[in-house]
Amino acid sequence: MEKIKSLADLRKIREEAREKLDLRVKGDNPEGLVQVKVAMATCGIASGAKPIMEFFVEELDKRGIAAVVTQTGCMGYCYAEPTVEVQLPGREPVVYGFVDRKRADEIIEKYIKNGELVEGIIPVNYEKID
Amino acid sequence: MHLLVCGGTGCRASESSLIVESLKREIEEKGLSNEVQVITTGCFGFCEKGPVVKVMPDNTFYVHVKPEDAAVIVAEHVIKGRPVHRLLYVDPVSKEAVNDSKHMGFYRKQIRIALRNCGFINPENIDEYIARDGYAALGKCIGELTAADVIDIMKKSGLRGRGGAGFPTGLKWEIASKNKADQKYVVCNADEGDPGAFMDRSVLEGDPHSVLEAMAICGYATGASRGLIYIRAEYPLAIQRLKIAIDQARGYGLLGQNILGTSFSFDIELRYGAGAFVCGEETALIHSMEGQRGEPTNKPPFPAESGFLGLPTNVNNVETFANVPVIINKGWEWFSSIGTEKSKGTKVFALAGKINNVGLIEVPMGITLREIIFEIGGGIKNGKKFKAVQTGGPSGGCLTEEHLDTPIDFDNLVAAGSMMGSGGMIVMDEDDCMVSIAKFFLEFTVEESCGKCAPCRIGNKRLHELLTHITKGNGTMADLDRLRNMCNVIKDTSLCGLGQTSPNPVLSTMNNFWDEYVAHVTEKRCPAGQCRDLMKYSIIVDKCVGCTACARACPVNAITGERKEPHFIDQDKCIKCGACFEKCKFGAVLIN
Ligand SMILES: Cc1cc2nc3c(=O)[nH]c(=O)nc-3n(C[C@H](O)[C@H](O)[C@H](O)COP(=O)(O)O)c2cc1C
Ligand code: SF4
Ligand code: SF4
Ligand code: FES
Repeated sequence: MEKIKSLADLRKIREEAREKLDLRVKGDNPEGLVQVKVAMATCGIASGAKPIMEFFVEELDKRGIAAVVTQTGCMGYCYAEPTVEVQLPGREPVVYGFVDRKRADEIIEKYIKNGELVEGIIPVNYEKID
Repeated sequence: MHLLVCGGTGCRASESSLIVESLKREIEEKGLSNEVQVITTGCFGFCEKGPVVKVMPDNTFYVHVKPEDAAVIVAEHVIKGRPVHRLLYVDPVSKEAVNDSKHMGFYRKQIRIALRNCGFINPENIDEYIARDGYAALGKCIGELTAADVIDIMKKSGLRGRGGAGFPTGLKWEIASKNKADQKYVVCNADEGDPGAFMDRSVLEGDPHSVLEAMAICGYATGASRGLIYIRAEYPLAIQRLKIAIDQARGYGLLGQNILGTSFSFDIELRYGAGAFVCGEETALIHSMEGQRGEPTNKPPFPAESGFLGLPTNVNNVETFANVPVIINKGWEWFSSIGTEKSKGTKVFALAGKINNVGLIEVPMGITLREIIFEIGGGIKNGKKFKAVQTGGPSGGCLTEEHLDTPIDFDNLVAAGSMMGSGGMIVMDEDDCMVSIAKFFLEFTVEESCGKCAPCRIGNKRLHELLTHITKGNGTMADLDRLRNMCNVIKDTSLCGLGQTSPNPVLSTMNNFWDEYVAHVTEKRCPAGQCRDLMKYSIIVDKCVGCTACARACPVNAITGERKEPHFIDQDKCIKCGACFEKCKFGAVLIN
């Protein structure tokens, strides 16, 4: 890791990091990747988020879908763990709750492959600040 | 096209599953099954207006939908593309119907400031934090602002400590900055001992850098070059993510010597706690970090004068810190525009208990309990009746029906006999016995009292004994007087916040549910039917067919009776296990 030596350097890294993130999900990029985020805080892991994350990593790869699977923190919907956010290129992210292997499979087959929503959506009920 | 029908508990209770069926039927009849899908979702946080249906992709939001509305939604909206006007949500202020729910931001009762990155970024990747303006606030402070400027911004923002007491953060930083010393410390209190609270853990697990960045900003403002995070060893994942975050921040030079090429240096280390509630109290916390017993000492001196190793130390809570970078980036004006006059910004609550949507919420100060419980929280489980909500954990009190519309902020909660505390919110329904609830919290304080001072060590034990006495049906009215007196003595004479607040659950349940206490002592009756010792099982002679099922189930042979003759329960033998009640198929066993 190279040290960041000035505020200007920090801004440069920010722009680069943003571009990298944007590239994945921007709609105007036909090569955009599917992004899957698994909520992996203590509550998520306790309800089985780890095997679900592994399932997505392995199955997306096996089924030849270009995707980035990452972990993230608590989304706040502890009653519906494990929760997974899926963002298709150029689309608003969708959060699915109570994701077991069966639902994870459905999400891949229906939503990720064909853009058909599947049961278990958790509507976002908060305001973002940016 | 997608029709999203809410299948959350609130909407299901008002027949949303029938709406799904009707919609599916209509769509099939019109031969649209290939183009239109009906999907059941989780709660929209809008249960009071339920059942709700959202049409995608045009974001039309329908409220109070009935199964018979399915036909018109399909005929008008799906086929002709015209929204059904009478089902649209009407803005309570402008009285206008809202077409596109994107413009319904206001219906979203939550604003995420402290939780802004939780659930968005990968907490183990510093670049993702930086992409969302991470460390920009630190850069701005050390590059463009003086320490006094930073303190000024914090003071004007109106941010108050989220660890419980609500002390103004800017003022605290100012005091620490004015105390002269060669070495000062910034401490993050991540002890989080309140049962049922887990927001600090979630922030650390989901967005550890926000806390690191804020601590560095605090170091710059107060003149400290070392930071310590006191975290309980029971939080292994949070600890792991913090360690990764600290390593990455050091790797980028965002912690360490000469940050961003300036003369400012700051580094952070972890200190582990063993999970004692009292070690969340700042003086006990500092002693514990010094390797001494985790016992509080008198204030003053406050940590800002004489803290870790006797040096000026600024202690703040995790959530307090998580707010800081946003305030610097977006300005104090923005922050102070959210909330009430004396409590700015938001508060994270951990919603638990008899509520449908258990989880972590972040709401603006000034929101009402009604909005939290019945909209965001999705209402009470199993359609039961709301009874009370405990805020402030073992140091707080309960709020009841009459407080449902009180705007929640630091001062209003105190006025209502409770307190903000760290943000645990335990919801209780009609089945909860308030005397037992008070006893439950007392059990916790008795366990957690450090034992240093007599009122807390002995007094709380006595309180717990008296409460046990009452729930066993042995209490008298004089005991209730004694209970109240003892509460007041403990509050007045304990050394630290633990003892000074431990009687609060008793006092507030006594104030709000006096009748329940009286029923326990005078009628030997528990109105909620929770206190086992006060329950009486008996058999209704007219209903009993003499099947002998109960007699065979009773573990202590308290039930006698001839076959085909009414049975009888010997009260002296009965241990109130309830086995007979469960076995009887004829509803002949009565619980009182
Ligand atoms: C018994 C007791 C337990 C406490 N536990 C915590 C805790 O777990 N976390 C916390 O941040 N503050 C806790 N506090 C409050 C701290 O003493 C201190 O006020 C707080 O950390 C200051 O930070 P703030 O101004 O950012 O809220 C506790 C206080 C008492 C009396
Ligand atoms: S009030 Fe209780 S916890 Fe606080 S110092 Fe006294 S004995 Fe210890
Ligand atoms: S189980 Fe019910 S009906 Fe049968 S003997 Fe007992 S009380 Fe009577
Ligand atoms: S909005 Fe439907 S259950 Fe809450």
